[in-house]
Amino acid sequence: MEGCSPSPPFSAGAFQVAGIIASIIDGVLVGAVYGLAAMGLTLIWGVMNVINLTHGAMIVLGMFALYFLTTGLGLPPYGAVPVTIGLGFVFGVLVYWIAVHRVIGRTHLMSLLSTFAMNMVLIGLGTALFSTSPYNVPVPLSGVTWKGYTFTGTHIMAAVLALVIAGLLYLLLYRTRIGKAIRAVADNRDAAELNGIPTTQVLSFAFGLGVALAGVSGTLIATLFPFTVLSGGAYELKSFIVTVLGGLGNPAGALMGGVALGLIEGVTTPFMPVSWVPIIEFVLFVFVLILFPRGIFAFARS
Amino acid sequence: MRIKEDAMTMRLVLIAAVALLTSAPAVAADDALTIGFTVSRTGKLNNDSTAQMRGFELWRDELNNREGGIQAGGKRYKVNFVSYDDESANARVQQLYTRIINQDKAQFLFSPYSSGLVATAAIVSEQYGRIMLTTGAAEEKTYKLGNKNLFQVYSSADLYLAGAIQALKELNPGAQIAFVYKDDPFSKAVLQSARKQAEQAGLNTVLDEAYSPETTDFGPIINKVISAKADVLLGGGHYPDGATLARQLYDHKAGLRWVTLLVAPDSPNFATLGEAAIGVSVPSQWEPQVSFKPDFGPTAAEFTQRFQAKYGIEPGYHAAGGYTAGLILQHAIEQAGSLDQAKVAGVLNNMGVTTMFGRTKFSTNPKEHGLQTGHEMVLAQWQKKNGNVVKEVIWPKSAKSSDMLY
Amino acid sequence: MTAQESSPAVEVAAPRSKAREWFGAILRQPFICLIALVGVAFAILPLWDDNVQLRESLLLAAVYITLASNLNIVLGYAGYVNFGNIVFFGLGGYVCIYLVNEWQWPLAAAAVTAGISVSLLALVFGLGILRLRGAFFALATIGVNEAVKAFVANFEPWGGATGIYLSLDVYEPLGGPGQALWIVYFLIVAVMAASLFLSYAIKTSKFGLGLLAIGENEDAAAVLGVNTPRYKALAYSVSAFLPAIVGGLYFFKTGIIEPGGAFDLTRSIEAIVMVMLGGIGTVTGAALGAFFYEEVRGVLLTTEVFSHFQLVIAGLLLLVIVLFAPAGLMGFVYKRWPRMRRLLQ
Repeated sequence: MEGCSPSPPFSAGAFQVAGIIASIIDGVLVGAVYGLAAMGLTLIWGVMNVINLTHGAMIVLGMFALYFLTTGLGLPPYGAVPVTIGLGFVFGVLVYWIAVHRVIGRTHLMSLLSTFAMNMVLIGLGTALFSTSPYNVPVPLSGVTWKGYTFTGTHIMAAVLALVIAGLLYLLLYRTRIGKAIRAVADNRDAAELNGIPTTQVLSFAFGLGVALAGVSGTLIATLFPFTVLSGGAYELKSFIVTVLGGLGNPAGALMGGVALGLIEGVTTPFMPVSWVPIIEFVLFVFVLILFPRGIFAFARS
Repeated sequence: MRIKEDAMTMRLVLIAAVALLTSAPAVAADDALTIGFTVSRTGKLNNDSTAQMRGFELWRDELNNREGGIQAGGKRYKVNFVSYDDESANARVQQLYTRIINQDKAQFLFSPYSSGLVATAAIVSEQYGRIMLTTGAAEEKTYKLGNKNLFQVYSSADLYLAGAIQALKELNPGAQIAFVYKDDPFSKAVLQSARKQAEQAGLNTVLDEAYSPETTDFGPIINKVISAKADVLLGGGHYPDGATLARQLYDHKAGLRWVTLLVAPDSPNFATLGEAAIGVSVPSQWEPQVSFKPDFGPTAAEFTQRFQAKYGIEPGYHAAGGYTAGLILQHAIEQAGSLDQAKVAGVLNNMGVTTMFGRTKFSTNPKEHGLQTGHEMVLAQWQKKNGNVVKEVIWPKSAKSSDMLY
Repeated sequence: MTAQESSPAVEVAAPRSKAREWFGAILRQPFICLIALVGVAFAILPLWDDNVQLRESLLLAAVYITLASNLNIVLGYAGYVNFGNIVFFGLGGYVCIYLVNEWQWPLAAAAVTAGISVSLLALVFGLGILRLRGAFFALATIGVNEAVKAFVANFEPWGGATGIYLSLDVYEPLGGPGQALWIVYFLIVAVMAASLFLSYAIKTSKFGLGLLAIGENEDAAAVLGVNTPRYKALAYSVSAFLPAIVGGLYFFKTGIIEPGGAFDLTRSIEAIVMVMLGGIGTVTGAALGAFFYEEVRGVLLTTEVFSHFQLVIAGLLLLVIVLFAPAGLMGFVYKRWPRMRRLLQ
């Protein structure tokens, strides 16, 4: 019935080690996607000092985008990726002008609340439209099997794409003019303004970019597991942890933070009941916040 | 200008609020029987809760349209429902049942869906002394807290995996079992009993792990299953996690020969998993193929046909449970000849009947009042027939429609 | 805004009479009478015609008013966004229910113990996370809430993920379920009144002045001699006490407590919305915001048309307030009737 694998010729001890290694590799693969998700959050945070609490809703929108693009329009799953980036960007700019523009520069509480309110509206609409039934996008992609453990093709593909997109982001930020403008505004908005940079447009561009990243990470996640309208919350929390690990405003750090989180999950899971892992994650989160406010990967800032 | 904006906004907000607050609640009509309950229209339990609600509604519509209502004490009572969205949340269940009893003056109650929510609703119904038919709820703890007015339609949690364990004992007494289940009241209750039953049957347990309800990535846990060299997996939870687990087990080629998951595979949506669904079995309270001879009400086939005609999909056991709750209550009121709580409770306590759902008998032991003692569960499995993926009943042998796949 | 003006000029040595004086001065403030009036209204209205539905509705309102006013101490006065404020409520609930169910403690003792223990725990947590500023602090409070939730979900003596179900005989010492519900209601109203009083008393005290200074500009306050770490930690700890007690009472009434419902982040954020809606930093604001929000939400949930859109409407409401009327209801009131600023704190 299920795919049968031949029993391994190794001793139980070696099998255990293989299990741990498999777990770690799996963790790293998923971690790359966590990192991609967090990159959107950290970019927005770094550039305009706004914690985007619609992050979870954006991830969900990316997931639904995959569903509708593949079932409605018949696109191949990975073909939907560039479409989601584009759609996410446009949507992000829209949200910027609706909810964020007026609260830039005000206290943190204001932007937290306005983005949270936007989140409530989006999730509420999503629930009314799609209910909270799970949706599934089957992606037939054979995986790689090693010593009895399988690394699914979708996991590998998702990690590869996450790295590719991260690379593209790097190119955008460091090799284009708009990227330079973004970095300038992130550094010092007033100076940038004085230098003739249209900062408001740059901010809206950056926000759109952040949302696009969140959306495409949702698309990638949707190739891995089924999702519901409420799935975004868990990834949003993970994104917070990753952002803090990587240091806010530091996209490279976010990617590394994501991989680190995946690694931690992979390493701890074989040794303890899986339900203890969230405790470890959140305690780690609080400790890193207190002890390394700049993030553990702060040295990676270029 | 800022001041003007503030003022204008506040005025609008105030007007809206006052308008909402003064909207009048619904008033129940005379010669009508009001039954109250909550549905999870939003939230994780939406999928199965809606199925349950459809069962209720089908019963009500057939009752009112075909028979003109419930006949009791020489009068005919049309049945009205009062229902609200509980958002799959305990806090709302609590609030809404209090409202249903005190404001909407419901005379009888149906439960929400899922053991956790039902436990909360049960406290309210006991606090105010109203009869509640519980369906969609298998956990026994709720009935052991000293209630007087609860009546459980489903078989309780400890029976869920009993059938699978029995079947395994026959198929392969040397099976290595991995228990992987959701960390929530229902699944934990089921698995606690299953562990004991496996021990008694002499089967080996090699892994026992609960996963958080938020889990979406079962990769780590599946790797553990592979490391433990299990050939059987029992567990799961509700729909979202069960479906994901099934899909990932398939993707990871976990090498299992038998997989039984709770709840999820019973939903018709499970078929969308395609190849991943084949061979997965589910303990079921009821399947359309069962052939009990009912003392009253439709047969399983008739119910299935009527449900399909109205809703366009085949009913699962959640819908059947909902319909049966209505049937049982109707029968009890008719037998009691009145709407009086004490009289109806008396009939329910003495009841021992068979409906399309199976045999129904409630425990009258005060330590576990209302627990369902007559009903038995079946095991269903997804198999490939004529190129289609369909659900067949495989256990107990007396009720099966197809052979087991192992 | 301080009460200092009404105290006599003569220096009184004994601390006991100083306290009595301060107390006396406070009691003469018209706002206190207002608080007392509200408390009495809450108690009497449902009792009048045995209106259980009204009691239920007011009970929830009272719980939220308690949460909002205590949150206001840290959020409104000191300007620290406590996103995870619900952790006090949940922990208080668990401690109280555990003591009542497993150890058969009387309700009042269990609730007060819950309050004290959670306050002490808050002090410990607070000392750790209160060094963080702004958004970092907010995130840390979320982390604390989630960590506690994950821990409790694995903690078997507290029922793990299943939680604790109260056996129905805990209502017997209070005279049966019907009477018990009324008694719990009055206790909750009392806690609500205490919260409003505490919130006001702090605001008009030297402690409150320090907190407000921290809220304005923490570094300046420190330079001017305010012991900021101690004040912040104290505020955080004090703001945990009454929510913990009300959590114990609330879950006693509900009869069941489990991690998801006890540490619900959404409820936490709703408390913030209430404070914002009413007017951040004002006592009346927190109370009105909580009352309004809970009533509107309750109505939305039960009206057929709106129930699907309840979250959308709540979100839009919040968005509108944040974007266009950030001073909330009281901000509007103060602008329109400036004299109210003295009367309705």
